[in-house]
Amino acid sequence: MKLWAITFNTFRETVRDRILYNLLIFAVFMILISMALGRLSFEEQERITIDVGLSTVSIFSIIMAIFLGIRLINKEIDKKTVYTLIAKPVPRFYFILGRYFGLMITIGFNILIMGAAFGFIICYIHQSLFWPISYPVFQALVLIFLEVSIIISVAMVFSSFSTATLSAIFTLSFFVIGRFTAGIYEFAERAKDPVFKWGGIVLYYVVPNLTDFVQIENAVYGEALPGMLFVEIAGKGILWTAFFLIIAVIVFQKKDFV
Amino acid sequence: MSTPSSDSVLSVKDLQKVFYSGFLRHRVEVLKGVSFAVYENEILGFLGPNGAGKTTCIKVLLGLIYASGGSGQILGKPIGDVKIKNRVGFLPEHPYFYDYLTGAEFLDFYARFHGLKKKERWSRVDDLLKLTGMEEARDLALRKYSKGMLQRIGLAQAILGDPDIVILDEPMSGLDPVGRRDIREIILKLRDDGKTIFFSSHILPDVEEICDRVTIIHKGELRGSGSLEEILEAPVEHVDLQYTGLDAEKAEKLESLSEEFPGLRVISKGNLLLISAPDWEAAQRVQEKGRELGGTLVALKPQKETLESYFLREIDRKEGGN
Repeated sequence: MKLWAITFNTFRETVRDRILYNLLIFAVFMILISMALGRLSFEEQERITIDVGLSTVSIFSIIMAIFLGIRLINKEIDKKTVYTLIAKPVPRFYFILGRYFGLMITIGFNILIMGAAFGFIICYIHQSLFWPISYPVFQALVLIFLEVSIIISVAMVFSSFSTATLSAIFTLSFFVIGRFTAGIYEFAERAKDPVFKWGGIVLYYVVPNLTDFVQIENAVYGEALPGMLFVEIAGKGILWTAFFLIIAVIVFQKKDFV
Repeated sequence: MSTPSSDSVLSVKDLQKVFYSGFLRHRVEVLKGVSFAVYENEILGFLGPNGAGKTTCIKVLLGLIYASGGSGQILGKPIGDVKIKNRVGFLPEHPYFYDYLTGAEFLDFYARFHGLKKKERWSRVDDLLKLTGMEEARDLALRKYSKGMLQRIGLAQAILGDPDIVILDEPMSGLDPVGRRDIREIILKLRDDGKTIFFSSHILPDVEEICDRVTIIHKGELRGSGSLEEILEAPVEHVDLQYTGLDAEKAEKLESLSEEFPGLRVISKGNLLLISAPDWEAAQRVQEKGRELGGTLVALKPQKETLESYFLREIDRKEGGN
């Protein structure tokens, strides 16, 4: 009940935030544009639409996760709204979990809306009504959602101890490193300077490999991930999220609200 | 000075808080061993100038910040105990709330933390909107509320869970006289309903009007504590008298008493003569002389020390002593 109260309020807060609508409108617009791009190559029309559509869903969900995720904690601390909440009979970790679940519901809804726009275009291309989300596309959407989940939990860690700007920079850096982690490892192996070498190796092991969650190419070619591999990647996403949420809870638990 | 005891509903003992600020971790001692107690069904005013440590102390009590040393209890449980917060209401200074919520949504949101079922919740929300005079603003977003309205809805939020103790941080700050009167009335009603109220303020006339006891803090240290009767039982500071029927010549004769009573002052205001006598003896001599001169005494008012002068004296005294 108490956790749901914070979750529901977070959802209500984010859906009343204009930034969300600006991003969502722009994302749907981009998906619609994919239809025009598809027309450039008639044979590849569906593939281009899936590629551009899923990429848009991924990019905009990540942008929402970073910016709304940071604002969720920082705004509460800056605006001091957290004072009245902490003074209520609520354990502090409920606050972190409630904010996390609330934003996940919001982004989940957004992925559904973007997915619907994208499904509509696929139906339009085929000029017929059918269930447009193939299993590979569904897998790709689930993994986008899990990548977003990791990013939100990381944004929560950073925003529970630093300013909004620094949190945005840190979370964005985390995302970029996570997407290029394989390249960083290769670079580290070849590096002669021990700082670069060990720094790169540490980053490879500390930051999750976010490319695992980008399965757009498989979806474009209609190739589903093997069931076990899909479960393994999804499991990793859940565990990484839990790991970062626990860190956020520990940091938040020790925080003085001056 | 009151110290924590078994019959207190809230007490702190040797409470300390140190902050480290800046890159060089500069040490700032905000609370330097504060001890006091709040007793059942009283209104305790927590006084101090800006930066005295009032808000820090309140935040420690509510678990918003952690004490660096010392201890405290609320209703027999150590401070920071989450369950006890169900029996404590809190209104922060300059309340900041979720401004995208309407008044009713706002109260409903906080009521959920007190374990109230939907029907009870909405009945409580309606009662509190009525108590705080906010019924008409129930569906208005908080971003459209005035300062006074925010303070009132904040107070409603503080008492949602029907708490035993209500902690208010500067509840009258920034309010106009009408707003201050409304908050005073609500606080008195809460006391009549059996609640204990602990509130910080630097608006001393308000404190004097409603508090049973006061505790003064300055620069992180307790500077004085006691009931208003104890504090303000000090002897009469001076006596004001007003006369009519005394012309300038007679006024001069009255003023000559200042040789016998230094500090006696006479001011002429129209046909009214205002005399300030330094003590009762001087006031009696003024009355005798006034009668001799044929004047009519229209007012006599002994002036006792106000809370404000006590407060300033306590702070100045300790500053001088430091």
